[in-house]
Amino acid sequence: MIRRAPRSLAEHAPILFPALMLVVFFVIPFSLMIAVSVARRVPGGFYEPDLVFANYERFLTAFFGGVLAFSLELAGLVAVLAVGIGFPFTYRLARLPRAAQVRWLVFLLSILSLSEVIIGFAWSTLLSRTAGITNLFVALGLMAEPQSLTPSFGALLAGMVYQAFPYTVLVLYPALARFDPSLVEAARTLGSSPLRAFFTVVVPALRSTIAATLIMAFVFALGSYLLPQLLGRPQHWTLSVLITDQAIYQSNMPFAAAMAVFLVLVSLALVALALLAGRRREEA
Amino acid sequence: MSALVLDGLTKRYGSFVAVHGASLRIPHGRFVCLLGPSGCGKTTLLRMIAGLEEPSGGRLSIDDRDITDTPAHKREFGMVFQSLALFPHLTAGENIAYPLRIRGVPADEQRRRAAELLELVRLPGAADRPVSKLSGGQRQRVAIARALALEPKLFLLDEPLSALDAKLREAMQIELKQLQRRLGITTIVVTHDQREAMTMADLVVVMSQGRIHQAAPPMEVYRRPADAFVADFIGLTNLLDGAVAAPGMATVPGGTLTLPDLPPQGRVLLSIRPEDVLLRPPGEAGSNRLHGTLSFVRDLGASVEFRIDVAGAEIIALARPQDRPAVEPGGAVTVELPASACVVLPPGGERPS
Repeated sequence: MIRRAPRSLAEHAPILFPALMLVVFFVIPFSLMIAVSVARRVPGGFYEPDLVFANYERFLTAFFGGVLAFSLELAGLVAVLAVGIGFPFTYRLARLPRAAQVRWLVFLLSILSLSEVIIGFAWSTLLSRTAGITNLFVALGLMAEPQSLTPSFGALLAGMVYQAFPYTVLVLYPALARFDPSLVEAARTLGSSPLRAFFTVVVPALRSTIAATLIMAFVFALGSYLLPQLLGRPQHWTLSVLITDQAIYQSNMPFAAAMAVFLVLVSLALVALALLAGRRREEA
Repeated sequence: MSALVLDGLTKRYGSFVAVHGASLRIPHGRFVCLLGPSGCGKTTLLRMIAGLEEPSGGRLSIDDRDITDTPAHKREFGMVFQSLALFPHLTAGENIAYPLRIRGVPADEQRRRAAELLELVRLPGAADRPVSKLSGGQRQRVAIARALALEPKLFLLDEPLSALDAKLREAMQIELKQLQRRLGITTIVVTHDQREAMTMADLVVVMSQGRIHQAAPPMEVYRRPADAFVADFIGLTNLLDGAVAAPGMATVPGGTLTLPDLPPQGRVLLSIRPEDVLLRPPGEAGSNRLHGTLSFVRDLGASVEFRIDVAGAEIIALARPQDRPAVEPGGAVTVELPASACVVLPPGGERPS
């Protein structure tokens, strides 16, 4: 294994391709977006290169602050629910016989092939008055008459957790499949009931995996812009929805870019904060 | 009074029988080794005692109290796992204090007891070290201390020393035995290493293919094996097929032996340890002597091993270097099989591969 720093171009070759891809698909578009965010909008037209910060100033209104806070809250709630359901699920899944595990994983992967649009319409149908699940409740005598459950915050939450769930399971699965089952058995011989062993051994032993999965689900949920429109009311629209609205319907690219840059920075800051908190606890 | 009684404990996985009606009485304060080749069911038996496997049949009781259906976390047995199963997110001290924490023992009492237990396993001052920073032997000690934290009625260990190198393993065997003697705790260890079993156990339980072949003190298992499997698995032995020719006489390949304890008729199997086989001058007459040719000699340092071909059967003899006869491979040799050293076993049966 080569330990010294690479010298010739040939030794740099293995990372050239990924580096190039990173530049082409991340650095350049993000730089362009920053450039656009400080451009001057031409009303009725497009925009001209400039260095104005009016777009960022526009943020500091209560309206955008509220939308941002709601977006972060929603993403956080989705992440907590997806991991809260996904972790015990994956723990059980990793203990099933091999063949059953494969069947479940294939099923979960097939959910990934559904687009956000399909998921959104499926849930809005499922929760609708005319064809929804309340009709089943009426048939079972649990409800007097069918009613519409969408659009609502609950419907939005259900749809987004559903969408994040397979990703959560797939990120948790490798760590849980490797988890030594004798740790739980040891906890049981030391006096823990199975449930207690889960909370005193499995969860704390895997806390860094759980933290990483929470961040992944959070960032994933933050980018959702279709489900809030399909399953939520206007007050449930996230920053991503507003960005889409500004960019596509209002033709205000500079403002949309400014919001996008801001969203990226806020999520990066939150992730860094979470990692920092995790490291401090590790050291303590 | 017996501390632990196993009454026909059985474990089936589908059509496979892992443990076949194991019955055993273990008195208080004994050190028991479950010994057998891998896959013989010894670990499954231990896990049933611990409550980690549900028996398919049979009963288990301790101090006359039936615990067959008691869940593992209410049995109050300490167990050391093969993987040690130390909790990676806790320090050595927190690992040891875990069972106390579960029972709601106050924090300072937990710390005091953990320090005391670390002292007991000769690892003082290691309470604040993370488990990942400990060596193999130190982890071993932490696992033992954790299993003893609740002063359990029964101390169970599943191949506890298998991850250690040979020298450390020998040292830990002696230390474990001394610890057990000092605490007087009933202990059951699973091992596939017969030296380990002989070193530590008061009672060796030899198992194979899910069945208990013999349960006896180590020297009895060695000197008076119950069957061919036990004779061959514990140490090295010569197994000779024979048949009863007359009362007290059995024919074996190459001659006739005069033996006590023979059945009135039929086929028998004789076991004799290599160190009990005596080398005699070639052609010497007398009872229980067989004549053959020397096929192979190897010097083991403390002893010399001779392989002798007697009418197609191989007999192994061990001699002290100073008793080494002046005979080269290919030469004629006579061996004496003293009647007192021969163990008469039932014919056939399973033998270790």
